[in-house]
Amino acid sequence: MAERIVIDARGSFCPGPLMELIARLKFGAVGEEFEVLSTDKGSASDIPEWVRKVGHELLGTREEAGVWHIALRKTK
Amino acid sequence: MSAASRISIVVVSGSLERLQMAAMMASVGAVSGNEVTVFLSMNALRHFMRSGGEAPPAEGPFGRLLLEKKAPGFKQLFHSAAELGDARIHPCSMAADVLGVGPDDLEPWLGEPLGLTKFLSDAQGGQVWSF
Repeated sequence: MAERIVIDARGSFCPGPLMELIARLKFGAVGEEFEVLSTDKGSASDIPEWVRKVGHELLGTREEAGVWHIALRKTK
Repeated sequence: MSAASRISIVVVSGSLERLQMAAMMASVGAVSGNEVTVFLSMNALRHFMRSGGEAPPAEGPFGRLLLEKKAPGFKQLFHSAAELGDARIHPCSMAADVLGVGPDDLEPWLGEPLGLTKFLSDAQGGQVWSF
């Protein structure tokens, strides 16, 4: 299984983490998994909302020591 | 994905907070499948010069905080809106004429100068936001 691509957006504010994710997704292959690391609480809810809206697969969201990990799979 | 909707954003202010909010709306709107058009006029346009120019002033304490924090810059967000979300970002033709600037003076990711008639025609039936 391919390694999950980690996007370290810690320290950035909304919509920075989302835009960093989208910039990386654009060049990713269908089926690839991505994980965004964010310290921005708003992005922790906004990114899953965006993932659902555009139709990618949300794999999970968890918070660890003030860092949100948002995992998804590119579906198209 | 839900059906695309049209979002038209008019930016006339040259304050940091308003430029930032407009850029956030444009970028998130565009990458979420909406057709976004941005119309830059009045005090906003001079902050889109290719040469950089002066930084927009903060209206209040929040603007000053924005400068201290690692928030993505408004021009970076507008550029992302165009590059990642196919947003169309146009200088107002009147404002460009008054400032005496043309496409070569403005950021290369801006579209051609747009007149109000065309902007209003394109905006018809969609959401319109002004900053």
